[in-house]
Amino acid sequence: MPTIDVKELSLTFTTRDGPVHALSNINLSVQAGDFVSLIGPSGCGKTTLLRAIADLEQATSGSLLVNGVSPEEARLQRAYGYVFQAASLYPWRTIAKNIALPLEIMGIGRAEQQKRIKENLALVDLADFGKKYPWQLSGGMQQRASIARALAVEPNLLLMDEPFGALDEIVRDHLNEQLLSLWAKTNKTVVFVTHSIPEAVYLSTHIVVMSPRPGRIHEIITSDLPKDRPLNIRETPEFLALANRVREGLRAGHSEDVPV
Amino acid sequence: MADSITSRRTLEQALLLAAGALAILSALLNLVGGLHLIQLLASVGLVACVGITWKLVPATARWKCGFILFVVSTTAAYILLQPLAPGSEPEVAPHGTHYWLLAISAWLLAWASVEQFASVKTLSKVLTFFLRLLIPILFGAWLLLGWELTTRGLDVPQVLLPAPSVIAERFAMSTDILWADFKQTFLKAVLIGYAMGCGAGFLVALAIDRSPFLQRGLLPIGNLVSALPIVGVAPIMVMWFGFDWPSKAAVVIVMTFFPMLVNTVAGLSASSAMQRDLMQTYAASYWQSLFKLRLPEALPFIFNALKINSTLALIGAIVAEFFGTPIVGMGFRISTEVGRMNVDMVWAEIAVAAVAGSLFYGVLALIERLFTFWHPSMRQ
Amino acid sequence: MTGWREGKIFPILLVLATITVFWYVMAVVMNTPWQKDVYERAGTTDVSQTQFIKDTWSQERPVLPSPHQVAQEVWATTVEKKITSKRSLIYHAKITLSSSMLGFAMGTVLGILLAIAIVYNQALNKSLMPWIIASQTIPVLAIAPMIIVVLNAIGVQGLLPKAFISMYLSFFPIAVGMVKGLNSPETHHLDLMYTYSASASQSFWKLRLPSSLPYLFTSMKIAVAISLVGAIVAELPAGAVAGLGARLLAGSYYGQTIQIWSALVVASILAALLVTLIDLLGRFVNHRMGLSHG
Repeated sequence: MPTIDVKELSLTFTTRDGPVHALSNINLSVQAGDFVSLIGPSGCGKTTLLRAIADLEQATSGSLLVNGVSPEEARLQRAYGYVFQAASLYPWRTIAKNIALPLEIMGIGRAEQQKRIKENLALVDLADFGKKYPWQLSGGMQQRASIARALAVEPNLLLMDEPFGALDEIVRDHLNEQLLSLWAKTNKTVVFVTHSIPEAVYLSTHIVVMSPRPGRIHEIITSDLPKDRPLNIRETPEFLALANRVREGLRAGHSEDVPV
Repeated sequence: MADSITSRRTLEQALLLAAGALAILSALLNLVGGLHLIQLLASVGLVACVGITWKLVPATARWKCGFILFVVSTTAAYILLQPLAPGSEPEVAPHGTHYWLLAISAWLLAWASVEQFASVKTLSKVLTFFLRLLIPILFGAWLLLGWELTTRGLDVPQVLLPAPSVIAERFAMSTDILWADFKQTFLKAVLIGYAMGCGAGFLVALAIDRSPFLQRGLLPIGNLVSALPIVGVAPIMVMWFGFDWPSKAAVVIVMTFFPMLVNTVAGLSASSAMQRDLMQTYAASYWQSLFKLRLPEALPFIFNALKINSTLALIGAIVAEFFGTPIVGMGFRISTEVGRMNVDMVWAEIAVAAVAGSLFYGVLALIERLFTFWHPSMRQ
Repeated sequence: MTGWREGKIFPILLVLATITVFWYVMAVVMNTPWQKDVYERAGTTDVSQTQFIKDTWSQERPVLPSPHQVAQEVWATTVEKKITSKRSLIYHAKITLSSSMLGFAMGTVLGILLAIAIVYNQALNKSLMPWIIASQTIPVLAIAPMIIVVLNAIGVQGLLPKAFISMYLSFFPIAVGMVKGLNSPETHHLDLMYTYSASASQSFWKLRLPSSLPYLFTSMKIAVAISLVGAIVAELPAGAVAGLGARLLAGSYYGQTIQIWSALVVASILAALLVTLIDLLGRFVNHRMGLSHG
């Protein structure tokens, strides 16, 4: 059973200026343990697709299954962790209390909460920062905390919406590396929205190239890079060839962009 | 707003069920204790209405449900008002328990109709505007109706709370007195004091604009004074400027001066450093930069002060009249009629004050819209 | 260390000093006619300039009392009088304060409850909110004497009617501010709660309520000031014998200007203290919750 199974999915927003076809005829299957990146220009619906998987948007037609059940059931089972572009930490809670937030909501006991906070803070290298407030941390550390919070739910699926988009390149490289090792350690399934080609190629097992108006999948590229990826893999010819394919795909997606 | 969807469904059901039950109970009581045919018909109508709307799928028939509930509850309200009409004999209008049950039932249905209208999702501008008017009007009308029913039906003493119809009657009978009071208090004291107070606040703000030193000194004091009970200067002003309107205008001037000063100073520093740098690169003079950049940027703040002051001015003028007036004026009328226990006249005066205050504010809000349409808070 | 021109203290002191000097000058100007009258009646002719100014500053019922007269009166009626004395301003201030605080507390609770209802019910939001906003443009204070007299007529007396007016005045800013505050969480924070399948009460206690606290304290500052005004005005109608408002009214009946001014000064000090207190409380809570750090 695929972790995410999307068939013939379309999603239309009704606005004052008429319908907007955010997603049209999407077919996508994500297997357990995959790291899938959704990449495309703004307006291609990559975030909308992610939000539909998270039950934050409802599909107009087609079918969408998460862990074999509807997105709503998956949400009620707390089957996924969601990471926003902004760290979305509550400024009035310490980092540890922020990680405790979803656990409190799920009604998990104190002792178990403490255990998970400790584990996940260690996982994102923030073990000494549990007592700090979010605003006492740098942007990169905040985003790591928000990843720890998503992991604390112990989901098998991690949904990430441009989590490093607001960070500078140096921090971003560092976090990409950490995310990759985290993924290797925990064996989670990850769906990752980005608009950076190197980031998508560096992280993913599958790269979904999307194109706008209406939002659709142009091409799904399967990466043949090894699972163990040091940062300097980005200078290898294999990496560059892959990046080039993605770039070509994005460009071709754009050239289809003719008025209907 | 995912967290309110589930609760609304149960709320709607509860409203309908309660209304239906009350209407049935009312009908039974009506049958038992001396038949009152029209009111019996009304309860039957309410029950039927509950049945019909219960059958409809609310999510797809919001308009239909809302409309049915609205028409039926309004008709019931009309029927309920009949026995209260001034001419009707008390024995034809028995206000038994069934009458009140019917009233509550009709009110619950009106509430249900508002629930329906409020959850209509439409993209049409016209319909949105219509709903934005209709819903509060419905609410206000039922508030008045409830007021009328309770005061009349329960025979609440006049002194305590007169019925709206009594107030309306008194209003119609004494328009000349009300007009004279309005002229004295609003057209003279409020408007003149408001213009002078706001004008002075604005000019002083401009005057200290070039001195950051003075601003640092005046702003904290101005902020503090805005929080003080300035109305208290009223007796002093009455002593200084006599009983007639100038003393009230003086109170209004003192009350409106500081909010205007503080807001204008804040507004004049609202433009960003980048925009001021741009003016600098144009080699703009102080006045050019003031008129082309800083005053427009300050407009939202200035209008904010104008709106706050419109309320303050009315309060100031009315309260100042409690300390002594010639025998005319809204505050004077309120305090003397309260003393004579003519509460309906007091309410008529309050109605005038309310309408004047709302109109004053509304006109300012309109002008604001005209001048600051570009401001983010005004865009849709 | 910044220069003395940079800080706030010096400019404030300078402005205050200017006001005081201006006040003294105005006292001389405004009290001159009466003083001349007094001399004429007494037949005094050769008064030195300094004596004349001194006299204008020490009349018994001056048109404008000089600052030190007011200060002396405040001192005499607060520190030197027993608190239980009817002539002690602390006694009067306590009466006004207790009714305004009771009203303020009731208004705050009512405002918060109303805001919660409005935020969680679309129908209430659309039907009630326009009226709440409209009612702020109505001079509510004008009803104050009527409410007092009417409640008196049905036997409700003492603290409660005045507190009722303070409540009526203070619940508006609280309700409006809290509606804003409860709606202030950003979309991604609400989305986060949704992804956790949080219940309505969970997202209220864990997200909406904490985010609304800064708004609550801002509106509480406005509400506490206006609740004091409400209590003072509520003491104006005939019948009230105690409280700062009654002091104002009595002073204006008997032309006791110094008494009016000292009551005004005490009311202002009270208002300033209350607003500062709420401000400090708000700062403390915001700081503890990290909300002052963006």
